[in-house]
Amino acid sequence: MMRAREILVAAVAAAAILLLTLAVPWLRFVFTIAIAKGITVLGILVLLRAGQVSFGHALYLSFGAYIVAFAAPFCPEALLLLPLAALGATLLGLVIGLFVSRYRDIFFGMLNLALSMVFYSTLEKFYSITHGTDGIRLARTTFLGMTLTPETQAWTALGLALLLAAVFAILVRIYLESPMGHGLSAIKTREARLEFMGISAQRVLLAAYVLSAFMAGCGGFIVAMATRQVTPSLAYWTASGELVFIAILGGTGSVLGPFLGAIAYELTRVYAAALFAEGWQMILGAVLLLVILFAPGGLWSILRRMARQRVGRDARP
Amino acid sequence: MAFECIGSTLTRREAFAAMGVGALVLSGRLAQAQAARPSELRVGIATYLSGPASVFGVPGKQAAELLIEELNAAGGIAGVKVRPIFVDEGPGVDHFVGEYRRLVQSENVNILFSAISSADCLACAPLADELKRPTLLWDCGTQRIFEEGKYEYAYRTQANATPEILAPLLYLLRVKPDFKTVAVVNQDYAWGRDSWSLFKTGLETLLPGVKVVAELFPKFGATDFSTEVTRLLALRPDVVLSTSWGGDLDTFIRQSADRNLFERSTFVLPLAESSLQRVGKALPAGHIVGARGDHWFLHPSPKDPALLKRFTDSYQARFGAYPIYPCHHMAQAVFAMKAGYEKAIAAKGGAWPNDAELAAAFRGLEFPSLTASVKIREDGQGLENQIVGTTFHSDKYPFPVMTDMVVFEAAKITTPVGQKSVDWLKTLTPEVIKTLPAPVAFKG
Repeated sequence: MMRAREILVAAVAAAAILLLTLAVPWLRFVFTIAIAKGITVLGILVLLRAGQVSFGHALYLSFGAYIVAFAAPFCPEALLLLPLAALGATLLGLVIGLFVSRYRDIFFGMLNLALSMVFYSTLEKFYSITHGTDGIRLARTTFLGMTLTPETQAWTALGLALLLAAVFAILVRIYLESPMGHGLSAIKTREARLEFMGISAQRVLLAAYVLSAFMAGCGGFIVAMATRQVTPSLAYWTASGELVFIAILGGTGSVLGPFLGAIAYELTRVYAAALFAEGWQMILGAVLLLVILFAPGGLWSILRRMARQRVGRDARP
Repeated sequence: MAFECIGSTLTRREAFAAMGVGALVLSGRLAQAQAARPSELRVGIATYLSGPASVFGVPGKQAAELLIEELNAAGGIAGVKVRPIFVDEGPGVDHFVGEYRRLVQSENVNILFSAISSADCLACAPLADELKRPTLLWDCGTQRIFEEGKYEYAYRTQANATPEILAPLLYLLRVKPDFKTVAVVNQDYAWGRDSWSLFKTGLETLLPGVKVVAELFPKFGATDFSTEVTRLLALRPDVVLSTSWGGDLDTFIRQSADRNLFERSTFVLPLAESSLQRVGKALPAGHIVGARGDHWFLHPSPKDPALLKRFTDSYQARFGAYPIYPCHHMAQAVFAMKAGYEKAIAAKGGAWPNDAELAAAFRGLEFPSLTASVKIREDGQGLENQIVGTTFHSDKYPFPVMTDMVVFEAAKITTPVGQKSVDWLKTLTPEVIKTLPAPVAFKG
C-alpha cells in the first residue's frame, strides 16, 4: 500500500522534474546536481540509521568525479565510466570502511572528515597531475558509442541521474527493511545486544558504509558529467557539510527525503543567490534554522504531517 | 517507524506545482528577439562576493557600479541603458556553472563578465560557445584558456599569468642582475603553483645557475607563516618570490617585517599592489611590486590622465580607498563592452547586432583602459601592458607607493598566438632585458 504510494510520488516527482526542465532549460543543471547530491545523501541516510554521521562523504563523490575526469580521455563511454566511478569509490570505501567502521559517533564523523581533507590536499599537492584548484576539464564522452554534444550530454546526465535515483531508492528501501538494515537501527539503540546475538556490528556498519560509498561514486559521475569541470572543491569539508545539511533538511524518514532535501537546498540556494547576491548564505542558514526549530524531522515530516491532517479531515463525517 | 504512510499524493503534487510556478516566475522572458534594440542592456557579472577572494570581487563590483552609472548618465551604449546583474562565485564551480546558465537562460543577459577564479573561466569559456552568449573573461589568471582551446564567444579583456609573472621577473633581473639564490612562498593552489612554474622556467632560461633554496607552499588561507619566515631567515636567499594575495599576503608581509626578513632578502611580490593600502608601511621600501597589468592610480604615463584621475577621485570619494587592479580589470571589461557594441553597430550600419555579430566584433578589438589601451588578439587573448615598481615611502600616502616604475609593452612579454607559455619562455634571451624602457621615479 504505502510502497505503491511512495512509488507514485517518486514517479510524479520525476515527471515534474522532466517537465520543468523542458519548460525552463536552466533548471536542468540545477536538478541534475540536486539529484546527484540526493543519491549521495541517500548513503548518508543509511549511515544515519546507525546513528553515525559522516562529515566526509564528499570524498567518495569527488573520487568518483575525478575517476571520470581522468578516465574519460581513454574511455569516453559514459556507460563504462559510470561503473568505473562506482567501482573506484566502492573500493576506496571498503579500504577506509574497514578502518572507520570500528569507530562511533564523533570519532566516526571526524575520521571521515579528516580522510576527505587528505584527499583534498592530495589533489592540491599533485598539481602537475590534477591542475590543482583549476581542475580538470572533462573530455568529450560518448553514450552507446554516440558522441555526445554538450546538449545531449546534459540530458544524458539528467536521465541517468533520475534512473540511478530510482534504482537506489528502491535498493535502499529494500536494504533498510532487510536484517542488515535493522542491524543498523540496532547499532543506534544498543550495539551490545547486536553482538550478543552473534552479529558483528562492525560488519553491519561496514556493509552500509561501502554501499554509501558506492552511491556517492555514482553521484560523482553525474556531477562530473553535468559540470564538465572537476575541481578539488568537491572534496572540501564544506561540500561534506552540505551533504549532511541536505540530509537534515530533507529528513531521514523516507528514501525520498534526501531527494526532497537536495532539490529544496539547490533551489533555495539558486533563488537566494538570484535575489540576494551578497547575502544568500544568510537565507540558506535561516532556512536550516527554521527547519531544525519547527520540523526536526526535516521537510519530509512536514509533508507527512500535512498529509495526515488531510486524511484526518477527510475521515470526519 | 522507518517508513510512514505518506498520505495523499495530492499534497506532494501541490508542492511540486508550487515549485514549478516559482521556477517559471524566476525564468523571466524566455524569448527575445535578439537583433532588436533592447530596452535595456543586461550584463551578468560573476565576481566574488563571499570568501577570501572577495578582496578582489567587492572592489570589482564597486568599480562596475560606478562605471555603469557613469556610462548610463552619458546615455548608455548607443542610447541603451546598461543594467548589471551580479552573481557570487564564492560557492565553487558547480554552483557557478548553474549561475552562468541562469544568467543566460533565465535573466537573458546580453553579455557576461566572468570571472575571477581561473576554474570558473575554464568552465565558462566552453559554456559561452555552447549557449552562444558573448562572454568577457575579466579577471582570471590562467594562461591555459586560449592556449588549450579555441572559442567564438569568449574573449579576454586583460593579460594572463605569463606576462603578469614575466614582467616582475624581467624587472628583477634588471635591478638585481647578480643574485644567486631564490626562495618561493606561494599559496598552495593552482595560481601559486602555476605562477611559480612560469617564474622558474623564465629564470632558468634568462639567468641559469640561480639556486632555488626553498619552495614553500603554505596552505591557502594560512594565518601563520612563522615556519616559512624561520626557514627563510636561516637560508638567507637573495630573493624571495611570493605571488600570494589577500589576507595570506598581508599576514606574510607583516610577519616577515616583524622578524626583519625584508632587510636580508629582496622581495618580489607580483600581486602586492592590491595589498599596499591594507599593510601600510609595514612593507618597507625597496621591494618589487607588481599589479597584474599596468594598474596603478599613480601611473607615470597614462594615455588619458584626466580619465585615470577622474576615476581614481570618484572611486576614492565613494568607497574610501584607492582603486586596485580588479577595478582596472572591471573598467576594461566595461570599456570593451562599449567599444564592442559600437564596432558591431557600425558594422551593421546602425542596426542592433545579434549575439554572433557582437561576439565577432571583439576579435581584434582595441579599446581604452584607464591607463593605456588593450587589444584583443585573434585568439581571443587581450594584450595588456604591465607595470612593475619598487616600494617607496612617501609622506603623502599612509602606505608604500611605487617608484622606479617600468611599463612593459604587452606584445613583447605575451606568449605569441598558438604557442604554449612554458615552451615560449624557454626561447627567451637575455637581450629582452636590455631593451626595457627606463624606469620612472615617483613624483610627489
